[in-house]
Amino acid sequence: MERVPIIKIGRTLFVSIQIDLQDESVLRLQDDLADELAKTGASGVIIDITAVEIVDSFIGRMLTMIGSISRLFDAETVIVGMRPAVAITLTELGLSLRGVRTALNADKGLEMLNGRA
Amino acid sequence: MEVDSSQGRMAVYMRDHQEKVVGRWVELVTAGVRGRISAVEVRRAVEDLYSLVIRVMSGADEQALGELRAALAELSRSRARNGFTPTETALGVFALKDAVYELFADAADVVPEFLGFSRLIDDLGLHTFETYAVAREQIIAGQAMTMMELSTPVVRLWQGIIAVPLVGTLDSARTQLVMEKLLETLVATGADHAVLDITGVPTVDTEVAQHLLKTVNAARLLGADCTICGIRPQVAQTIVSLGIEFGDIATKATLADALAHALGRAGLKVGPA
Repeated sequence: MERVPIIKIGRTLFVSIQIDLQDESVLRLQDDLADELAKTGASGVIIDITAVEIVDSFIGRMLTMIGSISRLFDAETVIVGMRPAVAITLTELGLSLRGVRTALNADKGLEMLNGRA
Repeated sequence: MEVDSSQGRMAVYMRDHQEKVVGRWVELVTAGVRGRISAVEVRRAVEDLYSLVIRVMSGADEQALGELRAALAELSRSRARNGFTPTETALGVFALKDAVYELFADAADVVPEFLGFSRLIDDLGLHTFETYAVAREQIIAGQAMTMMELSTPVVRLWQGIIAVPLVGTLDSARTQLVMEKLLETLVATGADHAVLDITGVPTVDTEVAQHLLKTVNAARLLGADCTICGIRPQVAQTIVSLGIEFGDIATKATLADALAHALGRAGLKVGPA
């Protein structure tokens, strides 16, 4: 099973999803991220989905769940780099990703988190 | 369509009286098109068709029918493009029947031949009609496409602020196109604020509102803020009486207000120089 690496930069955890997400790796990512948040006390999580071309309701739910988990550790989640096609799919599925913030790219996501700090 | 031998006689007869029949045919067609095509042009087209018809009737030439149909198809396509009605186009072919009938009216012995000829002309008339309809459909499809492209521009108002002036009714196809274009522009320009101007949308019902909300939600997923502006008084009343909720989406009266709002969000302020 492929694992998604979690990179700590300052007080932010950076997750870049570069693989086709399978249910198992998604659950693993949630576990890893919760561990990492508890260990580092990071104040923000950036999830980069530039490479994600296909989404379904499960992945949509995962993103919302990661947002909820992070909030329990007082960290804010920003999803960055969503492709237009992905955004249209999520909208058509009726998922508006409540509880997570979105930014156009990682740069703007970082700005958003720093503005909050 | 089979060509029986009796039509051979008809072909000879028609060839012998070519001048008279063609003259009458041109006359009938020219009267039908009411001056939109000159008599000279009509005569040229008619003479071509007439010689093809004779070739078909004589039954010697196997390619003649194909050529005749192709010539008629070309003719009816150009008629369709130039705005002639289908009746006017088809009558151009049926006029030949009249022209020949007038010639044969006093010759009773050619009735079976004339019936065969009549069947041929009817068939060609239908063919003309069909080609005409196909050509018109192509024109309509092309126009719909052009309109779609014309009506969905995305303009840049300021650094990081783009606007979509929506004109016309928003159906799902339009929404899809607007959404795609808006999101693509957001990504391409790195803008983080979008203004949807609905001044040109005649009515906002629940369906249109649904489409607007979808567009805003999709833009938000890319991290862009959306403002809806250009809501006219009547539209505002409809929205309220239908119970449509725009939730936390900012709505402004005019594009100017929306721009000021967006600039404010970007930390900019417009004031006297």
